Parts: sequence; C-alpha cells; structure tokens
Amino acid sequence: MAHRSTASDRFYAFVMGGLAGLGLLILIGPVIIVVLSSFTSASVLKFPPPGLSLRWYEALFDPVRSGHIHVALSNSLWVALIATSLALILATLAALALARANRPSARALEAGFLSPLILPGLAYGLATLMYFSMAGFRPSLNLLIAGHIVVIAPYVFRTTLASLTQLDPALHESSASLGAGRFYAFRRITLPIIAPGIAAGAFLAFVASMDNVPVSLFLTNARTNMLPIRMWGMMESQLDVRVAAMSGALIVVVLAGMILMDRLTGLTRRLST
Amino acid sequence: MASVVPHGIGAVQWRLATPLALTYLVFFAAPLIILVVMSFSVDENLGGFTFGNWSRFWSDPFYRGVVWDTLRLGLLAVVATTMLAFPMALLFVISGPRARQILLFIILLPLLTSVVIRTFAWIAILAREGVLNQTLIALGLTTTPLNFLQTELGLIIALTQIEMPLMLLPLIAVMQQIDPALSDASRALGGSKWRTFRKVILPLSLPGWIAGATLVFASSTTAFISQQVIGGARLVYLPSLIWQQAMVVYNWPFAAVASVTLLVVVLAGVSMFAVLGRFARTS
Repeated sequence: MAHRSTASDRFYAFVMGGLAGLGLLILIGPVIIVVLSSFTSASVLKFPPPGLSLRWYEALFDPVRSGHIHVALSNSLWVALIATSLALILATLAALALARANRPSARALEAGFLSPLILPGLAYGLATLMYFSMAGFRPSLNLLIAGHIVVIAPYVFRTTLASLTQLDPALHESSASLGAGRFYAFRRITLPIIAPGIAAGAFLAFVASMDNVPVSLFLTNARTNMLPIRMWGMMESQLDVRVAAMSGALIVVVLAGMILMDRLTGLTRRLST
Repeated sequence: MASVVPHGIGAVQWRLATPLALTYLVFFAAPLIILVVMSFSVDENLGGFTFGNWSRFWSDPFYRGVVWDTLRLGLLAVVATTMLAFPMALLFVISGPRARQILLFIILLPLLTSVVIRTFAWIAILAREGVLNQTLIALGLTTTPLNFLQTELGLIIALTQIEMPLMLLPLIAVMQQIDPALSDASRALGGSKWRTFRKVILPLSLPGWIAGATLVFASSTTAFISQQVIGGARLVYLPSLIWQQAMVVYNWPFAAVASVTLLVVVLAGVSMFAVLGRFARTS
C-alpha cells in the first residue's frame, strides 16, 4: 500500500510540476520572444533573429518616419494622465463613502462601481460612440477621457476600498475623543494609511488606460489616434517590425514602473491577497 | 467584519459617492440605454421602433453561429487557463518568499503589457515559420509546418497566456489562505496527494476559481484585437461582428443588436459561474 501511494505521489508531482512549468513558459516566453525579435537586423519579423541591430528602434524614434506613432503615443499619455487623475479623485471619494457601509444599498452601489470590469468593453465602446454622436459631439480627446474614466475608475476604487477595510476604526474613535475634526482625522490618519492603496490603483488605472482598445477603437479618428489602435493598424497591414521595437520599449517602461510601484506600494502583494 | 461602527456610519455617505455615481450615470448608464434603444430602432437617428433588427439577427444561422462560437471561445479559455493555473498556484504556495516575488513578476508582467503586444508576440510564435512550428519540426513531431494562425486552437493557445493572470491572481489569493494543517492532516490520514488535492485544496480554492473564471470568460469573449489578428477573417466572433457592422457597414441598429447580445452572453456566463459557486458551496 505504502509503495503504491508513493508512486502515485510521484506521478502527482510530475503532472503538477510539468503543467506549472508549461504555464510559466507560456506566460513569460512570448514576452522574451518579442523583446529579442525587436533587435533583429532583418526586414521582417523572425525568431530567432538572423542578426542583431538597433535599426527598428532607430526607425521608431525617427520623428520623420514614425511621426504618426509619436502623435498616437502623446495622445495616449495625455488621455491616461487626465483620466487617471480624475478617476483617482472620484473613485477615492466613492471608496470612502462605502468603506463602513454594509447595507444592501451599499453592496449594490459597490457592484455598480465595479461593473465596468466585467461588462464587455466593446459593447460599451460602441455605446459611447452612439451617445456622443447623437449629442452632437465630434471625436476629441475629451470624449476619450470621459470614456476611459468609466473603464479605469474601478481599479482605484477596488484597491482603495480594500485598504480602507483594513483601517482600524479605533484610530478614528481615539482621534475624535482627542478633539480632532473629521477632515483633520482624514488628513492625518486615514489618508497616510490608504495612500499606497490609492497609488497602486492609480498605477493599474494608468496602465489600463494606455492599453485600452474597446473604447478608443470607436472614439478615435485620424486626429485623435491612440497608441494601441495605431499599433493594431501596423500589425494588420503588414507585420511592421517597429511594433516589436515599440513593444520592447513599453515592456521595459512597464517593468521599471512595476518595480518602482512594488517598492512604494507593495503592488505585487496587493494584487495577490 | 462585525466591528463596532462609531457614530452610526453604517450607511452609505452619499455626499462622497455622488461624484462618481453621477459620472457613471452620464457616461456609463446613459450610453448603455441608448445602445439598447438603438437595437430596436429603424435607423441610426432612432427614427422609429422595430423588432426587425433582432429578428433578422436571430433568424440567421450565421449570426446564431457567431454567438455560439463566442460563448464556446470564452468557455474553452476558462478550461485552458484552469488546467495550467491550478498547478501554478500550487507551485506559488509551496515557494519561499523570494521565489514568490519572482513568480508574481512573471504573472504580472504580461498583465501589464498591452494586449496588442501580447497578441503581436503570438503571431511570431504561431506563424508557419514561427517558434512553435520550428520546435515541433525539430522534435520530429511533424514534418510540414502546421497552421495555427486563423484557427480556434491557435487563438485559444494565445488567449491562455493573455488571460492567465486574471485566473491566477484570485486563485493564488484564496490558496494562500488554506491552512496547511488541513493538507497535512489529510496526508497523515493516508490520503494520497491526488486525494488531498481533490478533497481539500480544490473545494477550498473554489471561490478564487469562480472569481478568476468570471474574469477570464468576460475578457476573452470581448478580446477584439486577439480575435481579429489571430482569428483573422475566417473566424468571426461577436466583437468583430460589432466592429464591422458599426464601422464598415455603418448599420448601427444591427451593431447594437450584436452588442446587446454580447452583453447578455457575458452576463449569462458570469451569473452561471456565480450559481456554480453557490451550488458547490452548499453541496
């Protein structure tokens, strides 16, 4: 009996270990392949690259050849910056409103605020196009900001709410009994404790805005082009290797942002508990 | 958390919730209402009421096939991510703090790099001269390169990576809270590792799986770029149908029907996972 059980246990370790290894390979492999192929010297995308060069990065940073990509990047950065700032204020206030509430109305409101995470973005993107064009607006970056706020606010709302529920109510009671006003208590006690949660949420919201396809797809035109849509266009027409260079650059920036945010806010811990 | 709430603030502080609630009413609820109204409309100016768009959509076997394929794609993505996510989550739980940190970076990096980049990477892997075919030929598993692009299999392989973090993060969060003493007890009582997994780990990590499955299903059914680029013109799912009807054919009422259908499909899938979770907990 004991012998049979160890054989089955070894098989268990073999199967689970094998699948976990395959999973890790599938997760990280494509990222490595993209970064390596971006240094190719060939004129088509090929892995492994036949030779190494920086030609595609040069092409990408060249303002003449890649001007439209630079415009799309700056549009995306602007929309992400403004949308994240506004979402941060709105969602933090909403999280404060719901932190201690436990009535059914509060649960319903919380589900409502989180619902853009689940609802299909593409249906919402089309809805915004119809809504704004019926209201007589022409495509502009401001409309994109409005659409992005809805999609990214849940990220800030969720992380801020999570850090508020870990806040000890006794801290408030003692500050109140010592004569502190509500705003003073918020500024000196609540805010410093929840600030890392807000910052982690803002980072995720910014990344989500930079990556957003469903809303940007319907609200962009030639003048308000956004980076992911531009990159998609470059992939559809011909497999432009500048997309690989762009990917390589973005991956490095995101990795640096992740490491920084992890130091400042414990981002990885926050997302895994 | 039944902590003593001071000064009766068990209710929603509406003054603080109002700004976001108003934003959602104006920029979220109102557009979605227009979308539903549009699906019953004669033209894109809401000219008159009709059931015609809906009956045209549902009476056509092609469009019914698109709905079914989209649903199937979401479910297959859930199955594929589940098969790999459970072993990976187990690996995470038995790892030390240093290894956990590295694993979390491996999980989060794809999540935070754009969907467009992830899709782009898979073209390089799945193409006829791509990494996967090179590997299969080198291993002698095939002599001629196989077609992965523009196939459902290729799309599911790509979606497995693209959606994996959404399944892994909630699963890891729940599995970390399982008391290791339970597994130890099961082993001490003579249960094999398989039995311990099935009887202890699987049921206790179900809430995390439900959360992950919901996110993977919702995300993969609406993954426009991946479906469009890897699926190509041969595979049509609801998102590409919506885009084509809205931006190429300019038939907004029909695009609205497809969008509301996608909304209903996703909500149905999400509630199905929720019911599944409740059922599993009571039985």
